[in-house]
Amino acid sequence: MELLLQQVLAGLANGAIYALMALAVVMIYQAIDHLNFAQGEMATFSAFIAWQLIAWDQPYWLAFAVAVIASFVGGIVIERILFRPIHNAPILSQLVAFIALFSILNSTDGEIWNFTIKTFPTPFGREPLFGSRLISTHEAGMIGVTVVILGLLYLFFRGSRLGLAMRAAAANPDSARLVGIRVGWMIALGWGMSSAIGAVAGMLIAPVVYLEPNMMLGVLLYGFTGAVLGGMTSPGGAVAGGFIVGVIENLAGTFIPYFGRELKLTIALVLITAVLLVRPTGLFGRAVVSRV
Amino acid sequence: MTMPPREAVEPLATARLAAIARPNARYLAIAAVIAIAVLLPVVATNFVVFQLTLVMIYGLAILGLNLLFGFNGQFALGHSAFYGIGAYTAAILMDKIDLPYYWTLPCSGVVCFVVGFLFGLPALRLQGLYLALATFALAAALPQILKFSPLEDLTGGVQGIVLIKPEAPAGLPLNPDQWLYYFTLAVLLVLLAVATNLVNSRTGRAMMAIRDHPIAAAAMGINTSLYKTLTFGTSALYTGIAGALGAIVVQFVAPDSFSFFLSISFLVGLVIGGVASIPGCLVGGLFVLYVPNIAERISTGLAGAIYGCIMLLVIFVMPSGAAGLGRVALARAMAWRTRRR
Repeated sequence: MELLLQQVLAGLANGAIYALMALAVVMIYQAIDHLNFAQGEMATFSAFIAWQLIAWDQPYWLAFAVAVIASFVGGIVIERILFRPIHNAPILSQLVAFIALFSILNSTDGEIWNFTIKTFPTPFGREPLFGSRLISTHEAGMIGVTVVILGLLYLFFRGSRLGLAMRAAAANPDSARLVGIRVGWMIALGWGMSSAIGAVAGMLIAPVVYLEPNMMLGVLLYGFTGAVLGGMTSPGGAVAGGFIVGVIENLAGTFIPYFGRELKLTIALVLITAVLLVRPTGLFGRAVVSRV
Repeated sequence: MTMPPREAVEPLATARLAAIARPNARYLAIAAVIAIAVLLPVVATNFVVFQLTLVMIYGLAILGLNLLFGFNGQFALGHSAFYGIGAYTAAILMDKIDLPYYWTLPCSGVVCFVVGFLFGLPALRLQGLYLALATFALAAALPQILKFSPLEDLTGGVQGIVLIKPEAPAGLPLNPDQWLYYFTLAVLLVLLAVATNLVNSRTGRAMMAIRDHPIAAAAMGINTSLYKTLTFGTSALYTGIAGALGAIVVQFVAPDSFSFFLSISFLVGLVIGGVASIPGCLVGGLFVLYVPNIAERISTGLAGAIYGCIMLLVIFVMPSGAAGLGRVALARAMAWRTRRR
């Protein structure tokens, strides 16, 4: 029983990261109807920026803040110079552009910081939380930071004019434009926020999976799985999906011999295919109907 | 205006090329390319011959991706997985039951066709990006599956499988590299001819109709689900045969050679060669083999960045790839000639 509880909590901790990635993916999906395959590499790049600042003896939270702000700006810049010009291009061109961004960021990481595995510090420490063996302080920190971010985002989207404008731009760009919302900039802002959320996810998971250019490939796949499971059209659903995927991953790893531990990415593959077959809209999404 | 009509420069089908160039000139060009390809090993060093063999193999894999991507409009990022499955099928058959290498090609082809067909069945419901996502997951998961410890006896686990290089049949004055070159060339020519006929047939037109407007295609009586799964299977078959050839030529398979980055390479080759172009695949193959080599000489992390930049450049500047560039040049030349007459 204690093992089960421990694994569920550890799953929730990883799930928090998947939830953030899922949320980041869904934010861009809502704005431009595309999956950002480079989301993981953007997050890795941000984590490397923070690592570099820490290596230069800056305090952790300063590095954290700089990385988040740099990612926010970087996300907007990527949208403006890369995806804005091709937003009417065929789906193929856009897909290739995402893969190109993936490839560029991945090898830029390798070029600047090389491919050796680096440790990444955690501000929370790694002791057991309150002396209990169920969960470590870093895991608790991962969950805590995620919950705080989700709360802030909820308040932003529900309570502020800008949040309302962003929701309007995503839900109905034409009408939003008619009432004076600058839809293009709302999309750019969505990219910036998505990139910043990804940066937080990257910096929180880096102490667990260790920092290297390919560290986010698996995490991103789980983020996608969470988004698909919860529903690509529902940010709240995507977050829930991310947590569920984290728990499933950990429980499968503990209780299914061989399979769970060695074939973690296959679990994601099976989950994605199963959800898309049984319930393509996800648990909390709505069906998208298009006029022919 | 003496400019060619707009549709003449658009990247639609190889049939267009035939319409622009007179058939005789086209056959002459093909014959010339084949003649050069046959004569090359006589003058080139063994290493160059080996590299050119790999170019053909990558070209074949890219052709497989192109059948799906370019001609049927299904976005797949998982062809490294089919390439890997083909390679492992060949390697296991040669390693465990001593099957002669040439028999592994049909076996790999059939295995990949079946896997592709089965994966294509659910993929029918996964339109557009969702298919890209599912195949991305397949590509990411395959290396782990190949390392799976209960299968270690079969797959060799992390170590992979080392193979023996096949000799040229007795009586032929060829070294193994040259022999494999000609073997690959023969397979490539047959598969290129099959692909060309497929694309120019009723089936090919159905594939392209589904790509251009699935609903209209269905309304015209095309069984879209059947064609889509069959195309998925055929595409996997091509890439799987390429994988088997790759295993034979490189004489080694290991899980990490078939990561997602291989899929990116194929995609780059596809985009460079030209979407929906059959000869363009070989240009893509050349690019995928030589550009990383040159880039690695300058710096280790550079190949990916160059890949990415070139992909972006092609999207922004040259959306139809090398094949499109060739077609435009040809159309211009033809227009210039008719004007002079």
